[in-house]
Amino acid sequence: MSGNAERIVVRKTYKLYIGGAFPRSESGHSYPVHDAAGQFLANASLASRKDARDAVVAARKAFPGWAGRSAYNRAQIVYRIAEVMEDRRAQFEEAVARSEGVKASAATAIVDAAIDRLVWYAGWADKLTQVLGNANPVAGPFFNLSTPEPVGVVAVLAPQSSSLLGLVSVIAPVIVSGNTVVAVSSAARPLPAVTFAEVLATSDVPAGVVNLLTGHLDAVAPRLASHLDVNGIDLTGVEDPALAISLEVAAAENLKLVRRAPGSEPDWSADPGLSRLTQFLQTKTVWHPIGI
Amino acid sequence: MRRFLHGLPGVDQVGCEARAAALGTRSIKAASKQWAIDLAIRMVDLTTLEGSDTPGKVRALAAKALRPDPSDQTCPSVAAVCVYPDMVAVAKDVVHRQRRLGGHRVPRPDEPPLSLKLQDVAFAVAAGADEIDMVIDRGAFLAGHYLQVFEEIVAVREACGPAHLKVIFETGELQTYDNVRRASWLAMMAGGHFIKTSTGKIQPAATLPVTMILLEAVRDFREATGIQVGVKPAGGIRTSKDAIKYLVMVNEVAGDDWLSPSWFRFGASTLLNDLLMQRSTMQTGRYSGPDYVTLD
Repeated sequence: MSGNAERIVVRKTYKLYIGGAFPRSESGHSYPVHDAAGQFLANASLASRKDARDAVVAARKAFPGWAGRSAYNRAQIVYRIAEVMEDRRAQFEEAVARSEGVKASAATAIVDAAIDRLVWYAGWADKLTQVLGNANPVAGPFFNLSTPEPVGVVAVLAPQSSSLLGLVSVIAPVIVSGNTVVAVSSAARPLPAVTFAEVLATSDVPAGVVNLLTGHLDAVAPRLASHLDVNGIDLTGVEDPALAISLEVAAAENLKLVRRAPGSEPDWSADPGLSRLTQFLQTKTVWHPIGI
Repeated sequence: MRRFLHGLPGVDQVGCEARAAALGTRSIKAASKQWAIDLAIRMVDLTTLEGSDTPGKVRALAAKALRPDPSDQTCPSVAAVCVYPDMVAVAKDVVHRQRRLGGHRVPRPDEPPLSLKLQDVAFAVAAGADEIDMVIDRGAFLAGHYLQVFEEIVAVREACGPAHLKVIFETGELQTYDNVRRASWLAMMAGGHFIKTSTGKIQPAATLPVTMILLEAVRDFREATGIQVGVKPAGGIRTSKDAIKYLVMVNEVAGDDWLSPSWFRFGASTLLNDLLMQRSTMQTGRYSGPDYVTLD
């Protein structure tokens, strides 16, 4: 190798994350991604409806194992995501700064907030049952206990402008309770999501618990909303009101739990509260006889 | 017999696997897919062969065989129900009233001596089985005692009376493709109505290359003798996609004469649910899920 030859840069292929693997789109399509200034950044995989279907299959397969883990263990794993993110923060800061067109200091604050949010939600995993569950007084010789249970496979349409903090803020609350997720990242800013998927793949999150698709909502969202094996859908990232309504109609077919699209994108730096955490839970009530 | 079986041309392993893989890449979409799924449903031998089978489970299975999708009148029935001999009467009781086929099968992991096998067959036929599945003695076959295997098939065939006989090779234990081809010819010459890859109890069960060898054998056998024999891959076929690959192969290798439940069957239990889910997806445009079909 001659000393002055210019090295050819090895560029990363941005792929989907389905069932713990990083496949290209089944359709073979990709689409160009630009930074906030309009400069070309990379090509991202354009998820097709079949990718959405495969992701749901992977999420369904992962659900019993994930929901069956102890809440304490789920907390450990979500905390581990935060640890690995912290370790790769430089990469996230750069990706956020370029995708969202913010200054380096703002990008640092966004990554800080995203990592802290994971830690905050991790802490909730083993506290949900105490806070949301109840021992109900009943007029009979029974213990009557209500506990929150995960609902199953949840489709999450992540916010369009906040590419990392928004993504983490919609995925983490759904998985800590034991649900599995098929998430569709921001269409215009998918690169931080792909990097986040690489973090998930290396932080003990079982394959299929989080599946990340990149691409346009019009292609995959209707399929996820009408999919009979999806139990809940979060429409946070839907900006077109007509699309939001059609997705709600499709979701009604099998009575999915629906988190409706907000009028405008929420302020992700604000205290998230419990509403996302409690959105995709269902209450199980058990009557247990007491000896008289 | 030995001279004839060993005189059969050898199977080109690489070529056979490559052709099977190439046929598996055909794209079957829209109307053809719908047609293929309905045909595959009609070809399913819905099977339960567990020590834990109860009359209730068999009744439920037989009812499902008649009406795989109770919410859809246009959904066809499956080809047969496949159960152990002691459950034949139970299955027949459900299907008989509707004049449908009750299938059944003899082999168990511990092979009984021939005399007991024949009693088993006679018992099943008396209980109303329309089809009998037997498995060949792989030990004798591999040791080269072809005549013994041949005579056993002939004896079982006689015990079957009017019932059809399906001969299982348990191809996962036959070691080579050449042996699969020899076993196919042996079974066809002994008078089997169907040749079948596996019981489903031993892995690997049915694969595309092995099924292709069976299909070539039945095609060549009809050319030589004029007698048409059916083929049944069983075990390991779980998705509609797999089933369609098999149908493509039937059409390409044996010809469309075999594209009928009379001449080609799938031995399966979970496959039916996937076919039903695909069917409803194609009709409604919504992906279905396991919550909407029966548990096995």
